[in-house]
Amino acid sequence: MSNKKNWPLWEIFIRSRQGLHHKHVGSLHAPDAEMAINNARDVYTRRQEGISIWVVESTAITASAPEDGAALYDPANDKVYRHPTFYDLPDEVGHM
Amino acid sequence: MKQQEVLFQYLLRLGDTNLILGHRLSELCGHGPVLEEDIALTNIALDLIGQSRILLSYAAKAEGQGRTEDDLAYLRDVGQFRNLLLAEVPNGDFAVTICRLFLYSAYTCELLTLLCDSKDEYLAGYAAKALKEATYHLRHSTNWMVRLGDGTAESHHRLQTALNRLWMYIPELFDGDAIDVQLQETGIAPDPNVLKEKWNTRVNAVLAEATLNRPPDQWMGKGGRDGIHTEHLGFILAELQYLQRAYPGNQW
Repeated sequence: MSNKKNWPLWEIFIRSRQGLHHKHVGSLHAPDAEMAINNARDVYTRRQEGISIWVVESTAITASAPEDGAALYDPANDKVYRHPTFYDLPDEVGHM
Repeated sequence: MKQQEVLFQYLLRLGDTNLILGHRLSELCGHGPVLEEDIALTNIALDLIGQSRILLSYAAKAEGQGRTEDDLAYLRDVGQFRNLLLAEVPNGDFAVTICRLFLYSAYTCELLTLLCDSKDEYLAGYAAKALKEATYHLRHSTNWMVRLGDGTAESHHRLQTALNRLWMYIPELFDGDAIDVQLQETGIAPDPNVLKEKWNTRVNAVLAEATLNRPPDQWMGKGGRDGIHTEHLGFILAELQYLQRAYPGNQW
């Protein structure tokens, strides 16, 4: 289908509260970025889900290929020492 | 007229206009041009109906006859409705839907801003709350006005046609009568002329950006605020009031 007839797709990121990061919540169609913000406000924040919206045109996102999965992710499987779980924390530090 | 009666009539005008326009927009539920706009317009419909509830509840209280917001919304006939004619115009194509929403939201944004200073505390409180919603309605419809007006030849043509068609209902928004004068003198409602000036400034700026021509002033369609309506209102009420008419007092 031609681009003339279809609005581009936008990926929507919402920050739910101050101090948290923006999180991907879904996607929608809109003619441009400003309208994408409006649409995201109506589609994704009508139940008080957020206080800030980012929109990114879907075509601007580069994704890793599923078939590269073995090379990209499997090597991490046997490297548990990368998790910071081998330290004894003093009690007074509390949760980190 | 006594002050309470005047206030009652004024609240009906505001509340009925929101109720009827809210119903008009709710007709688009499931029929919006795209999913995102379907949700946007029905969100706005819900805002307007919510505002109408506040106004009609207060109207019922001002009337003091023991009626409720439901009695006012569901058990009055065409001649007792006091909404602006602009609200009852059919949705038409998307250009008419958006253009009407823009013209009306520009009006409510100015009206509510002025009502925030009303001597009537309840009305001032309502205005502060409703203004936030109206500001978004204006933003949404303004964005569309600019994109459609300054868009393709087809979208420009349709929007200009819609604007020309709706223009005859605009003067009624600022057509002050004895009710407006009395409430203005007591500091409860703003001066329609001040409202008109502010509306003109705002609307002219958007029309210029949207490359639309402001239609010349013409014959004025009015009467809604005195209970004289277009043929469309009866059909709206037939649907809006069906349940309470068929099953009086029914609840769920």
